[in-house]
Amino acid sequence: MIAILKYNSGNTMSVQVALHRLGYESVVTSDPEILLKADRVIIPGVGEARSAMNHLKERSLDLLILSLKQPVLGICLGLQLMCKRSEENDTECLGIFNTIVRRFPPDERVPHMGWNSFESLSVTPLLNGLKQEDDLYYVHSYYAELNNDTKAVCNYILPFSAAMQHDNFYAVQFHPEKSAEAGARLLKNFLEL
Amino acid sequence: MLKKRIIPCLDIKDGRTVKGISFVNLRDAGDPVELARAYAEQSADELVFLDISATDEGRKTLAPLVEKIANAINIPFTVGGGITTREDVSVLISSGADKVSVNTAAILNPPLIAELADEFGSQCVVVAIDAKLVDGTWVVSTHGGKRVTTLPAITWAREAERLGAGEILLTSVNRDGTGEGFSLDITSAVSDNVNIPVIASGGAGSPEHFREVFAETGCTAALAATLFHYGIIKIPELKDFLMRNNVAVRNRPPV
Repeated sequence: MIAILKYNSGNTMSVQVALHRLGYESVVTSDPEILLKADRVIIPGVGEARSAMNHLKERSLDLLILSLKQPVLGICLGLQLMCKRSEENDTECLGIFNTIVRRFPPDERVPHMGWNSFESLSVTPLLNGLKQEDDLYYVHSYYAELNNDTKAVCNYILPFSAAMQHDNFYAVQFHPEKSAEAGARLLKNFLEL
Repeated sequence: MLKKRIIPCLDIKDGRTVKGISFVNLRDAGDPVELARAYAEQSADELVFLDISATDEGRKTLAPLVEKIANAINIPFTVGGGITTREDVSVLISSGADKVSVNTAAILNPPLIAELADEFGSQCVVVAIDAKLVDGTWVVSTHGGKRVTTLPAITWAREAERLGAGEILLTSVNRDGTGEGFSLDITSAVSDNVNIPVIASGGAGSPEHFREVFAETGCTAALAATLFHYGIIKIPELKDFLMRNNVAVRNRPPV
């Protein structure tokens, strides 16, 4: 069973229909028991870091996420929440990835919105079958700096983490649920890990 | 590299596509879902749906339609037309729309932009500006260009950005439907005056018009309707042309 975390910042429906297209049913839930039992957990995200972290902390979902042992995938804001800290309203985040989330420099065109390819890609099961020239859909004004867990690099104004992995925690800055065939490929890779 | 986006726009009335569609053999050319799917398969980068229903009854068909579209396509889409309140937006976003576009309501009530950005995030909020050249100045117009304000389009674009808009959809009323090409001057001026992405709209008549607007202005996307609906230009061919002319676009991956 696949659980999509329900919280105040998720585009849960888009993720759910993307999984459905791939032939996987999922539940949208914030129930700790269901999340702990799930084969996969997806943390989607569209929104603002501080209110999202506050929402998770008030419900102890922050600790629950850290205790998960199954593969977990953070998407967009989900990726940023899994980092140590975000410059967005100076927010302390989950700390799974030892990196900082920063705002793109002022006077540049933000959000980074649209289809972008990779600057580099590691060979890793999550990115299986994806190529450097594949375009995925991004919408974000903050980015995770490169770090030891970076598995794919995208360049917009500067290089940033497009995909990361630390143990059972996976994260992507782009929206695989909105990224046509390449996005479907990534979701399928995650589901088949 | 970030790609320039090609965005077909579909007019919807009472839940059906209105403009004539002849670019591909569809079982039902009036079905927005089938059309959306066909455009997605042709490598459209995003879609815009504009509800032009004249009645409340017609508008009620929009949310269920948005849900069907969200189920059918795997690219982002924007829904606009007649949005006036936070509740309107909430219904559309929870039905699966990625973004909403606001036009007249934002002009009449600018704080609406901030309200929507706070609640749903700037990335959801597209401010549509219908710019009309009147006595040498590009001003904001409403009601499809029939009424003009005294507000310069550039001023309004900057204000929309300050209030939290995530993107500007800039239509040249003068060029809309003419096929004479995008209005490069106002597209350039607005793009240079804001830091958010700008979608150029109105006037596309040939692949060269797309090349020109991408090469000569700061817009990051271009939108067209008739041209695509009537099959005058097919999106894969347009993208091939742009790539040959050094405009970076997303190509359809080989099947």
